[in-house]
Amino acid sequence: MRNMLSRKVTDIEPSGIRKFFDIVSEMPDAISLGVGEPDFDTPWHIREEGIYSLEKGRTFYTSNSGLMELRQEICNYLQRRVGVSYNAAKETLVTVGGSEAIDIALRALLEPGEEVLIPQPSYVSYLPCTVLADGVPVVIELQEKNQFRLTREELLDAITPKTKVLVLPFPNNPTGAVMEKADLEAIADVIIEKDLFVLSDEIYSELSYHGDHCSIASLPGMKERTLLINGFSKSYAMTGWRLGYAAGPDWLIEQMTKIHQYAIMCAPTNSQYAAVEALRNGDEEVAEMREAYNQRRRYLLKRFEEMGMPCFEPHGAFYCFPNIQRFGMSSDEFATRLLKEEKVAVVPGTAFGDCGEGFLRISYAYSLDSLKEALNRMERFVKRLDEAKNASAGAVDVEISGKEMDAGKADAGKAEA
Amino acid sequence: MREKILAYLEKHARIDLHDLAILLDADEAVVANTIADMEKENIICGYHTLINWDMTSEEKVTALIEVKVTPQRGMGFDAIAERIYNYPEVHAVYLMSGAFDFAVILEGKSMRAVAQFVSERLGPMESVLSTATHFVLKKYKDHGTVLVRKTKDERILVTP
Repeated sequence: MRNMLSRKVTDIEPSGIRKFFDIVSEMPDAISLGVGEPDFDTPWHIREEGIYSLEKGRTFYTSNSGLMELRQEICNYLQRRVGVSYNAAKETLVTVGGSEAIDIALRALLEPGEEVLIPQPSYVSYLPCTVLADGVPVVIELQEKNQFRLTREELLDAITPKTKVLVLPFPNNPTGAVMEKADLEAIADVIIEKDLFVLSDEIYSELSYHGDHCSIASLPGMKERTLLINGFSKSYAMTGWRLGYAAGPDWLIEQMTKIHQYAIMCAPTNSQYAAVEALRNGDEEVAEMREAYNQRRRYLLKRFEEMGMPCFEPHGAFYCFPNIQRFGMSSDEFATRLLKEEKVAVVPGTAFGDCGEGFLRISYAYSLDSLKEALNRMERFVKRLDEAKNASAGAVDVEISGKEMDAGKADAGKAEA
Repeated sequence: MREKILAYLEKHARIDLHDLAILLDADEAVVANTIADMEKENIICGYHTLINWDMTSEEKVTALIEVKVTPQRGMGFDAIAERIYNYPEVHAVYLMSGAFDFAVILEGKSMRAVAQFVSERLGPMESVLSTATHFVLKKYKDHGTVLVRKTKDERILVTP
């Protein structure tokens, strides 16, 4: 048989996380800090609404764009939380997770060869989705010294005449970085001037620990050139329900809806009913979960500080991104050894882009007890590395002084001769 | 600060003070003093262990007793409640609105012990008009904690 596969697809690398997952799954007693989803169960009143919708026999398709009731609640929510008003009928689309929105938005926006700016480290799907949509991904490597925010200069440097889309993934997975209002204002006029379109992935918006989340869509002149992507996975602990949404200009939503209609039909009906309940009555639980994450975030940062592992303070999501460069090891090597020696699974920063080298992604979507045990193990590991380093540094000292002694002897011999 | 400490301690009484201070972004000495103050003021009334006795070999019976009383002049409900709650086997006493006056939660070693308490101690009290005893068959949730569920992390170990 001839090769039946598409080159475009076979050329795409499988996710770097996959490889690590395979190693971890063979270690049943490992503690994992590698999970990218909440540890909380979906709040009961939301689950019950999902069950109730099944009991009532709501087992049919909804309209392609999603239940009007849900889209109206999404608009109310966006008005309430980010201060942007959207028209439910024309400017919203309910999708199968935020991931689907990313995919179909890129497919609707890109002409072959057009460039998409992707700040990294970031979530794994922007790059392959761009390639699948015949776009050209252009990576912007974010810097730790800028707290992994996108700066105006970095943006200007990356723009070419072919640039069309900027992906803005904040609060960020894996770094936990956020872009505050001032940071967004610093890039907004560049975006307008260069006539770019923004794909703003705000899936972690509710997990902001330093004041409320600010969406770039709320800045003057930006609503018409931004697609706001959000969903229920992180804020309401609903990952398995697979429900997200996009809000943006009607001309884009209309075209995205076509792709969605042919590829997906509609998002799961009972998830949609549950989501209506989440948006109507879920604010309190969201606040409780945010507080719990924030407490753990502080705990992790303190422990990293105590074990001498530099880590910039993340202000969002549920990840820390400590710097491990001082150990002289690659992220992959560090993570693999930590797993083998102490049975703690973390994700190497390189899984989120080459510039993640020298960093680890550590999730704090775990109970305090699990975090404590994992960090105790990690501390032991780091201590051993430091001791080994000191010992070898000591050995080098001895070697040098030994040589000097020999040299001294030789000199002495010469003198005698 | 007090409310934050209480909210955390209510579920995790055994947390280390050092850790609690980090979680709440507070000074350890301040947290320690605040807790000590609240203990003195009887806001924190004790630290107990939540035990699922059904999982042990210890026999225990819990009963909920509805009690109707006639409050007496100059005595009110409080004095009657005190006569009831002073018995060590009485786990909790609540003054209720509605069809009866007190809800008494009793823990006994056996049904016979509970029956004896009701017939010999509670029933004959002067102010007690009537009692209705309900035995607990199974405890599902106690003090906000589900007792019957197995907690297992079902998430995939590593996800993006």
